[in-house]
Amino acid sequence: MSTSFFINGIERSVDVDPSKPLLWVIREQLSLSGTKFGCGIGQCGACTVHLDGQAIRSCLTPISSVEGKEVTTIEGLSSASGELHPVQQAWVEHQVPQCGYCQSGQIMAASALLARSPQPTDGEIDSALRGNICRCGMYGRIRTAIKSVDVANTDEELFYNVAEVDHV
Amino acid sequence: MSRRWTMSKWTRRAFLTTSAVAGGGVLIGVAMRPGNQVKDLAAKVGTEGGKLVHTYVKIGKDNVVTAMIPHSEMGQGVHTALGQMLAEELEADWDQVNVEEAPALGEYANYSLGRTYLLTGIDFPKILIPSIDGAMMGVADSLDMQITGGSMSVRTSGILSMRVAGAATREMLERAAAEAWGVPVGEVMAEKSFLVHGRSSRKEPFSAFVNEVAAMTPSYTPSFKKPEDYKIVGQFVPRRDIPSKVDGSAKFAMDVILPGMLYATVLRSPVPGGTVVSLEDKDARNVAGVHEVLVIPSASYSTMVGGFTAGETVAVVADSYWSASKALRQINVQWSEVGYETVSSETIFSQFDKDLSAGTERQGDVSLGDADAIFAGAAKVIDADYNVPFLAHTCMEPLNATADVRDGQAEIWVGCQNPLGFRRAVADSLGLDSEKVTLHNHVMGGGFGRKSVPDYALQVAHISSVVGAPVQLIWSREEDVRQDFYRPAVKSRFRAAFDQDDNLIGWSNTYTNKNEPVEAPLIPYSVPTQDIGYVSSPTHVPFGAWRSVDHSQHGFFTESFIDEAAHAAKKDPFEFRANLLNNKPRHLAVLSKVADEAQWSDPLPEGRGRGISLQESFGSIVAQVVEVTVTNGKIAVDRVVAAIDPGLAVAPDGLSAQIESGIIYGLTAAMYGEISIEDGAVVQGNFNDYESIRMDDSPMIETHIINSGHDIGGAGEPGTPGIAPAVANAVFDATGIRVRLLPLNNFDLNYLVEEDGVAS
Repeated sequence: MSTSFFINGIERSVDVDPSKPLLWVIREQLSLSGTKFGCGIGQCGACTVHLDGQAIRSCLTPISSVEGKEVTTIEGLSSASGELHPVQQAWVEHQVPQCGYCQSGQIMAASALLARSPQPTDGEIDSALRGNICRCGMYGRIRTAIKSVDVANTDEELFYNVAEVDHV
Repeated sequence: MSRRWTMSKWTRRAFLTTSAVAGGGVLIGVAMRPGNQVKDLAAKVGTEGGKLVHTYVKIGKDNVVTAMIPHSEMGQGVHTALGQMLAEELEADWDQVNVEEAPALGEYANYSLGRTYLLTGIDFPKILIPSIDGAMMGVADSLDMQITGGSMSVRTSGILSMRVAGAATREMLERAAAEAWGVPVGEVMAEKSFLVHGRSSRKEPFSAFVNEVAAMTPSYTPSFKKPEDYKIVGQFVPRRDIPSKVDGSAKFAMDVILPGMLYATVLRSPVPGGTVVSLEDKDARNVAGVHEVLVIPSASYSTMVGGFTAGETVAVVADSYWSASKALRQINVQWSEVGYETVSSETIFSQFDKDLSAGTERQGDVSLGDADAIFAGAAKVIDADYNVPFLAHTCMEPLNATADVRDGQAEIWVGCQNPLGFRRAVADSLGLDSEKVTLHNHVMGGGFGRKSVPDYALQVAHISSVVGAPVQLIWSREEDVRQDFYRPAVKSRFRAAFDQDDNLIGWSNTYTNKNEPVEAPLIPYSVPTQDIGYVSSPTHVPFGAWRSVDHSQHGFFTESFIDEAAHAAKKDPFEFRANLLNNKPRHLAVLSKVADEAQWSDPLPEGRGRGISLQESFGSIVAQVVEVTVTNGKIAVDRVVAAIDPGLAVAPDGLSAQIESGIIYGLTAAMYGEISIEDGAVVQGNFNDYESIRMDDSPMIETHIINSGHDIGGAGEPGTPGIAPAVANAVFDATGIRVRLLPLNNFDLNYLVEEDGVAS
């Protein structure tokens, strides 16, 4: 069965088992390897992507459920010209990653949070990021990096470009 | 005369046997000098990144220097830190330096690690160093040792390989320029990747002299810079691997995609060592996309800590990981009984108790004074038993590897902590020469000791050889948790003796099963009578090196019990420790620093508590102060202040990040970590029942670094041992309850508070 959806602004159609999770379609059919497998049960957040702007666990999302929707992965977060998303810039600035394996998911969760809450409280950061495990334990740096992002003074288009993508 | 070193398994014991030869002088006598290896090595390493001018240095036409780093990157920042050390001595322009992981070739074996390991503290005459290095190169190569672990990279390869390579290459460049310009070599200076002759105002890039340098034999005893002249070492430099880790472009082993690649997943016996009695795979073979169901034979692995024989493995090969894992769940396997089916955590701990009481094969670590007499005549004696459970590693990246085994050759893509060792293990398992195996090592999504055991690479090599196609093997998280090599469970029994003035005069400690490092159970405190030792009480649960190894248990035990001793002596826990450190100025400085920075003496409100710990491990000294709040029996860790004396912080921000990381890794173990055994098998399987610290329960951590100028210590592990005792000591401060078994989350502090009649 064929499923059509937008991945990083480009329409794609895949012919796979409708119950196959989005994670494995992204990795195996679309060859986008930045989205990671960590647990397979929605516990660790390594597979976090945006579905219509919301952070979701792609390991638990059947491909059939994304029909016609917008999926953004870590590869689609930076601008078309290659400029890093402000959250990615903050991650470099604060030297957040160690092994880096969870960081695609952390960045997708953080960017979705900041898109709806430009100046998140500690409580909001806790609840938005608590689904993303970092075994290297870089939580303090993640929190600092999130707070350092100046959403108000960032080009809106750069900050959250998914809604602006032209799907012609 | 030369001699072949034929040991294929690296254990400390094997290495020490080798060192006995060294001690007798034979090793030095037969040493092979590596000489100029560049000619042969250059062909194997290739020209990407420039021309090889030293084992560890390439210089490109564009004057970019590439540092070849003989260690694996698993998040610890080693590629950057070792690159800094090389660039510093080379006088390279850091902005024109690349770092690259050295390939899995014998020339990049960790001979320096061997030398440090064996000869620590021995001051060899300088003239012997080339021979010793040559001998160690021979040993490390034949042992297939290219290990990243033991917090060793900076203090072994950094000091003995990268620094030497940088300085030796600089000296060769200066010589080449002096010859070309016809000026005395003493007048040529290397500066920011250029060679400069001041008097004649000549200035040419390093790249102008690569051909001359590649033909020279590098010195093993070059002259080094003074630390006060460092411009790159000790400074903040952004890590080189971070940009690729924020945009999804970093290539972990699981990100390898080969043409025609199939996917596999595996299942081993829940009780370690089981073999397949019967296998029903009809439903599995009917799953769309499934190519093959096969059984991988039992295999023995050499690990850093000895041998282990795993049982058989059932593998499903399909066109997708999703299909393979769906099919694997439909397979019914009956596993053979191996004799451990009635073992549980409970039986293991009663066995420990029995062996401790019986003193089974007790061996001593430390024996100072007459313990029996001191305890018999003491004014006061306290005693306590401590337990910690087994722990899994749970690297974020589940175990995986990719192999293409065809036509008598093998190619392996993997993230591992010992590329040469893995290459050898794969070659042995396939019956090939090592030269027929090419291994591509990737950045790892965590390692923590787990990725030093090659079981997963051997599995995929076998599967690929059977199906005759490239295969990517991915373990489920459940397999990753249940087929680990575990941090062992340990029980430790203590007694402390005091005189009438509450001075601590005796320390007695017996624990189960000694591993490494040997000094882990030792205390830094000047207690005049000490009796520390261990009994043998083996279990069937596979043993593995887990971040900080034995320090992870003994740090909790000794630093909790010294706290008990402080309270028994009615002294402040900081003051009590400080008074016992009169012969340990470095320890005292670190402890005092952390107490200062954490405002140790400031009072805390009701329900809050502060705990302290001090632990030397891997050559670094770390003290921690933790603040907790206990509300309705629930512990919140609010703040951690750490101080570390690593001798010299090569990469200060990287060191801080490692301390933060080690603390959170240890805090996960302290709060939640428990692998329990039932019916001989591991119970837990994923992050829902083997929990981890998350954003909402992670404390803010402050790290303070003391550059004392002593020998450089480790960074990756020393943060881990001290967090559990500091938390447990803080919980005692807050509640009056002494927690002697981990994890803390198992405790109902409300219940205990009521029972003890202590107000909550």
